[in-house]
Amino acid sequence: MAQAFAERLRTALPAVALTPRTESGLMPAMVVTVAADDWAALGSAAHGLGARWSACWVDPEPDHWRAWVLYELGGAYVLAQAALDPRAPRLPSLTPVFAAADRPERAIRDLLGVVFEDHPDARRWLRHQAWRAEVHPLQPGQPLAGAPPARTPADVGYAFRKIAGEAVHEVAVGPIHAGTIEPGHFRFAAVGEQALTLETRLGYTHRGIEKIAVGRDAAGLLRLAARVSGDSTVTHAWAACMAMERAAGCAVPPRALALRGLLAERERVANHLGDVGAIAGDVGFSFAQMQFGALRERWQRRSAERFGHRLLMDTLCAGGVRTDLDLEGTQALLQDHARLRAELAPLTAILLDHPSLEDRLVGAGVLSAADARTLGCLGYLGRASGLTFDLRRDAPYPPYDRLPVRVPLYDSGDVAARMRVRLDEIGVALELMDALLAALPAGPTSTHWEAPPAGARGLGLVEGWRGETLAFVRFGADGRVARYAPRDASVFAWPALERLLPGNIIPDFPVCNKSVNGAYAGCDL
Amino acid sequence: MLRILHRVITTGNLTEPLDTSASLESLGIEVRRTLGARYAGSFAIRHVDAGSCNGCELEIHALGNPYHDLERFGIRFVASPRHADALLVTGVVSRHMQEALLRAHAAMARPGLVIAAGACACDGGEFGVSYASLGAVDSVLPVDVRIPGCPPAPALLLRGLLAALGRATV
Ligand code: SF4
Repeated sequence: MAQAFAERLRTALPAVALTPRTESGLMPAMVVTVAADDWAALGSAAHGLGARWSACWVDPEPDHWRAWVLYELGGAYVLAQAALDPRAPRLPSLTPVFAAADRPERAIRDLLGVVFEDHPDARRWLRHQAWRAEVHPLQPGQPLAGAPPARTPADVGYAFRKIAGEAVHEVAVGPIHAGTIEPGHFRFAAVGEQALTLETRLGYTHRGIEKIAVGRDAAGLLRLAARVSGDSTVTHAWAACMAMERAAGCAVPPRALALRGLLAERERVANHLGDVGAIAGDVGFSFAQMQFGALRERWQRRSAERFGHRLLMDTLCAGGVRTDLDLEGTQALLQDHARLRAELAPLTAILLDHPSLEDRLVGAGVLSAADARTLGCLGYLGRASGLTFDLRRDAPYPPYDRLPVRVPLYDSGDVAARMRVRLDEIGVALELMDALLAALPAGPTSTHWEAPPAGARGLGLVEGWRGETLAFVRFGADGRVARYAPRDASVFAWPALERLLPGNIIPDFPVCNKSVNGAYAGCDL
Repeated sequence: MLRILHRVITTGNLTEPLDTSASLESLGIEVRRTLGARYAGSFAIRHVDAGSCNGCELEIHALGNPYHDLERFGIRFVASPRHADALLVTGVVSRHMQEALLRAHAAMARPGLVIAAGACACDGGEFGVSYASLGAVDSVLPVDVRIPGCPPAPALLLRGLLAALGRATV
């Protein structure tokens, strides 16, 4: 599949002379190498074929830097690389071709000083006031401690886009929001109650994850990966494991893979239960919020009882998992699944035909299929707007390679559709977990982990509850991580929120936001 | 409507009594100052995520579910720090959040308790101190109560909050 995609790119670009190859650590992607000058031409060719821009990262290797960009087309991946001059790293921007590349490129510019030529937006993104414009903390020579001011001033002076008009007023919210949520800044332009535009400004929870990953061993990296975004702890840990294991050629035992699948589906169910309740709560339907809150609580308690952690943190290790299930545990989980199904049926019926709920959710926060495609939206966000991609089905990795994965699909793109997808996905996850438990392979839950030699690199791709999630790892000497680049699916959620909000009233912002539920931490790193 | 009522009746009351058998010390909760009896009836908390991974927030949310029902203790989350008796801080203090955290604290009425929840807020956790992070909350603000855990489970959070109120057996 990847081969055919690479072949089509080669045909589309006769002047570039692409030579697609494979590299075991970077499977299932085909790798192509281009000159930096051909970066945009390759992007245009990929766009012309209908490919999706999935991720971009830059790896400051010892002798030269390397830029990577990942494209996906119908479940086939092509990973392109270009060498950069560390003294003057520059690369043509892909943002004019792929809107999704916008903020990720600006983040790379802030952290590594790569100049993205023709990038339409010169404003910084992850950088606020903790480091100066000419300092790029992720460059290898920069000290971990940096040289921050004693008291980092507030980030005033970010040039939010201005909307002119007599009756237009601006509403500024954040970084601290009214409720218990992560920090970020929202800038609305509104006429009366109606929002004309929304611009989000993130970076408040930037914790320097990519920098503090450098020099860690596999276990240390996994502790960090598990905390990229706490609600996706299994997802990011799995992606990091997969990257390291592919880099090291480590064969993970089948039982461990099945358990990873089980843990990832448990994470999906927990988050969807919480979010469906929160969506209902945001429009004042506290009955459902309490019911789903109770279901989620019971689910988390079972996670703590069987896997040692309510959010399933630190349950994975390089080479396998750090947990196991006995027969009794398997039975308990199967009973839970049956019980949850039985409890969800009447609740779902209430949610789907409660008139006052319908009034608030149907037609609210519509993300068009065209916008979803342009922004590369993933997971439930894409599936509510007609995009069906799901790694578990379209580029299956074990244990999903032996399971049929149903992917719910809606096209109305509104809050109601996003809630529908989540309810459906709970059902799919329960089916998958039942199937995994029914055929749980015997054998060990982990294999001996041995770090690969310096230079080994690997790519991890996992369908988290928010959608395709990525990790790239390159090892340095002594089994220490030299580069860790995670990419959360939330990166595509925030631009989507900006597109779906205009035309809605500002009081509907919370429910629109909740239905999209991008992580701040996952983007800020 | 009948379906909802039926469900409410069959669900019953899920709220659990709080287990206070373990001492705060054994739970790792550290209390330097309490608000005491003055706040016994009503206690308002402003939560600030100063740079968390969002795991701590999930468990704070769980305080509101029917099993924990935080509000039965008269404890409420409020939007404005001006209405708050305590600041509940999660995460390391990212440098980008330093000013916002200090301003939220300055806006509170005194005495204004500061509660650090989670490993990051207590001691820097997995992220520590770097160009991006100031580490633990006490690098920026005096901390009165520390609740450990990554993240602290809701029951532990509850014990810590009640300890801040002087209403738990210390
Ligand atoms: S203590 Fe743990 S759960 Fe809480 S913010 Fe830190 S890493 Fe996340």
